[in-house]
Amino acid sequence: MHGSAFRHKLLTVLLLAPATVWLVVFLVLPFVAIVVFSVGERAPEGGYQAAFTMAQYANLPARATAFWNTLILAPVGAFACLLVAYPVAYYLALRAPERWRLILLALIVIPFWTSLLMRTYAWMYILGGRGIPALLSYIGIEDLRLINTPGAVLLGIVYGYLPLMILPIYVSLERLDRRLLEASADLGAKPLSTFVGVTLRLSLPGVMTGLSLVMILLLGEYLIPSLLGGGKVFFIGNALVDLFLQSRNWPFGSAIAVTLVFVSVVVLIIANRVSTRFSGARQVDLI
Amino acid sequence: MSTAPVPDIEFRGVAKRYGAVTAVSGIDLAVPPAAFVALLGPSGCGKTTCLRMIGGFEQPSEGQVLIRGKDMAGTPPYRRPVNMVFQQYALFPHLDAGDNVSYGLRQLRPRLSAREISLKAGEALAMVQLAGYGRRKIHELSGGQQQRVALARALVNKPAVLLLDEPLAALDKKLRTDMQIELQNLQRELGITFVLVTHDQEEALSMSDFVCVMNRGSIVQVGQPSEIYHEPADLFVADFVGKTNLLAGKVERRSGELVEVMLADGSVISARSRNGVASGEAVSVSLRPEALRLGASEQGTFQGIVRNRIFLGSTAEYAIEVPALGTLLATADHQLSQDLFKPGEPVAIGFAPGAPLAFSGVKENGEKQRETKNVEIVS
Ligand SMILES: Nc1ncnc2c1ncn2[C@@H]1O[C@H](COP(=O)(O)OP(=O)(O)OP(=O)(O)O)[C@@H](O)[C@H]1O
Ligand SMILES: [Mg+2]
Repeated sequence: MHGSAFRHKLLTVLLLAPATVWLVVFLVLPFVAIVVFSVGERAPEGGYQAAFTMAQYANLPARATAFWNTLILAPVGAFACLLVAYPVAYYLALRAPERWRLILLALIVIPFWTSLLMRTYAWMYILGGRGIPALLSYIGIEDLRLINTPGAVLLGIVYGYLPLMILPIYVSLERLDRRLLEASADLGAKPLSTFVGVTLRLSLPGVMTGLSLVMILLLGEYLIPSLLGGGKVFFIGNALVDLFLQSRNWPFGSAIAVTLVFVSVVVLIIANRVSTRFSGARQVDLI
Repeated sequence: MSTAPVPDIEFRGVAKRYGAVTAVSGIDLAVPPAAFVALLGPSGCGKTTCLRMIGGFEQPSEGQVLIRGKDMAGTPPYRRPVNMVFQQYALFPHLDAGDNVSYGLRQLRPRLSAREISLKAGEALAMVQLAGYGRRKIHELSGGQQQRVALARALVNKPAVLLLDEPLAALDKKLRTDMQIELQNLQRELGITFVLVTHDQEEALSMSDFVCVMNRGSIVQVGQPSEIYHEPADLFVADFVGKTNLLAGKVERRSGELVEVMLADGSVISARSRNGVASGEAVSVSLRPEALRLGASEQGTFQGIVRNRIFLGSTAEYAIEVPALGTLLATADHQLSQDLFKPGEPVAIGFAPGAPLAFSGVKENGEKQRETKNVEIVS
């Protein structure tokens, strides 16, 4: 009896060990280091110097514009993504012929396997002077500016993060019991009422998962805005690259990073609340 | 005929095909108002398909479905005056019991006031004995309670016809019996038509005014329960509805409704045949267990040995082995047969002259090839 209980426990520990080690080494320790850095001081030659001060946090307003831009970009980008992703996921899960589903899903995911950098460069050329504007000039539309506009950034973001939004929504719609839709129609609900009252409600966990995933990744995004937006607007991502790699002000960079993590956690908590509240589903845990 | 009321539901030459699969075909049926009708048949015979065509979830490939005299072609489910209790209830998991019930009320235009909605939803819940359960989440209800919520939800908009797809299949026996009685009472109180789909012949016979027996996508017989039981239209119905003994034989001679059938043991018995079997034809003779009379003397038609006896209180069920005929089931009433027969005892089996029914065809492993026909309920 004791032997088997012990073996059972040992097995559990062994199974969990790799993940635990991974999390501790690559998530917990770096985060602890960042927190420690954030209350330190910049060494005169750059880097970190031990101290205990809140000065870095007090200095956050110096990067207020970057924060502000990011806090706009993340939700706007995520919602733009949602607007494009939901109809696609809906079609895939509820309308597409069954034997086509996997193929269509694969077609959505496969581009994701190549580097985002390469795909964003591709967009630079497509939107740039010799891309779409050149084609349009043939039919007489001149001087159309696409690259280096907010629209180009939004397009790049929607394109880059679409699969991350489609997949969770697809999963929640795919799981949706079709008879609930029939029951709704049977009770007199017109198609739009059924969509709002049943389909959308029950796919909210997927929507919230997609929104929070994309939003959190967008909080750290800087590549797409700098390549497609002309690098004139700065985001937290740009600030972090600058502080850690160029001006080597690690403590200030760390304070910004900690704040970013804090914002992400708040986003997650809100997303979780919303989806449990409205769908009657169980918690969606991302972390 | 001109005084005949408009049927609540009417199928006119309806067929439904899914690609190459023909789910049902040649369905003609008229359900009179305020009737309790059961669609009875084995798995895959097309009961659900018929129900879904009434609900508007499937469109007939051929023919018409009419509700209260109106052709429903092209009418979507949300515009049909019928409601359905789905097989696994299909309750909305994100709504509590009360909101599930009021879902239909919220769809009405012009809109009802919040007070009216909660009043009517409360009444519907009370009708299924769930007053006070409105704020319960669906997963906090037992299977039987969920069943009642589904019923209340379907009835709250006062449909002309209530459709029930095997509503009791998931309940235990005791609860099922209670719900059967409750459904019957509800149907009588509300005075609307209930169409119940079931593959349980006891349920169909005990609950409904009319039973519509289906097999392989066609209607085989429509009639009152006693008619279905006592005058089955063919071998399939005789076998599917109730217990019966089927004896294979060959028609020796026929005169009118009566045929002389020679059985496997060489004995010749006289049986009634409704759908004219020909001389020389292979037939099955159906003898209900309760039609058999057991006696100790040698004067029965068959002689057998009791193999098994199940005591059932007021009756007893016997399995009797008869040489060359196999095992016959007999139900004996204690008041009539003074003494109980014990396993191993010899017994003589007799029956009333009108009891045996002859049907063309021989049963093989429950599958049989038969011509189909369409019948209509005459009310
Ligand atoms: N969507 C569909 N596509 C293809 N075939 C179908 C479809 N729905 C039903 N069928 C076929 O139609 C026939 C009748 O099905 P139906 O569901 O009406 O049977 P049923 O009498 O309700 O059976 P059960 O008692 O098992 O529920 C079956 O042979 C089934 O395989
Ligand atoms: Mg069925």
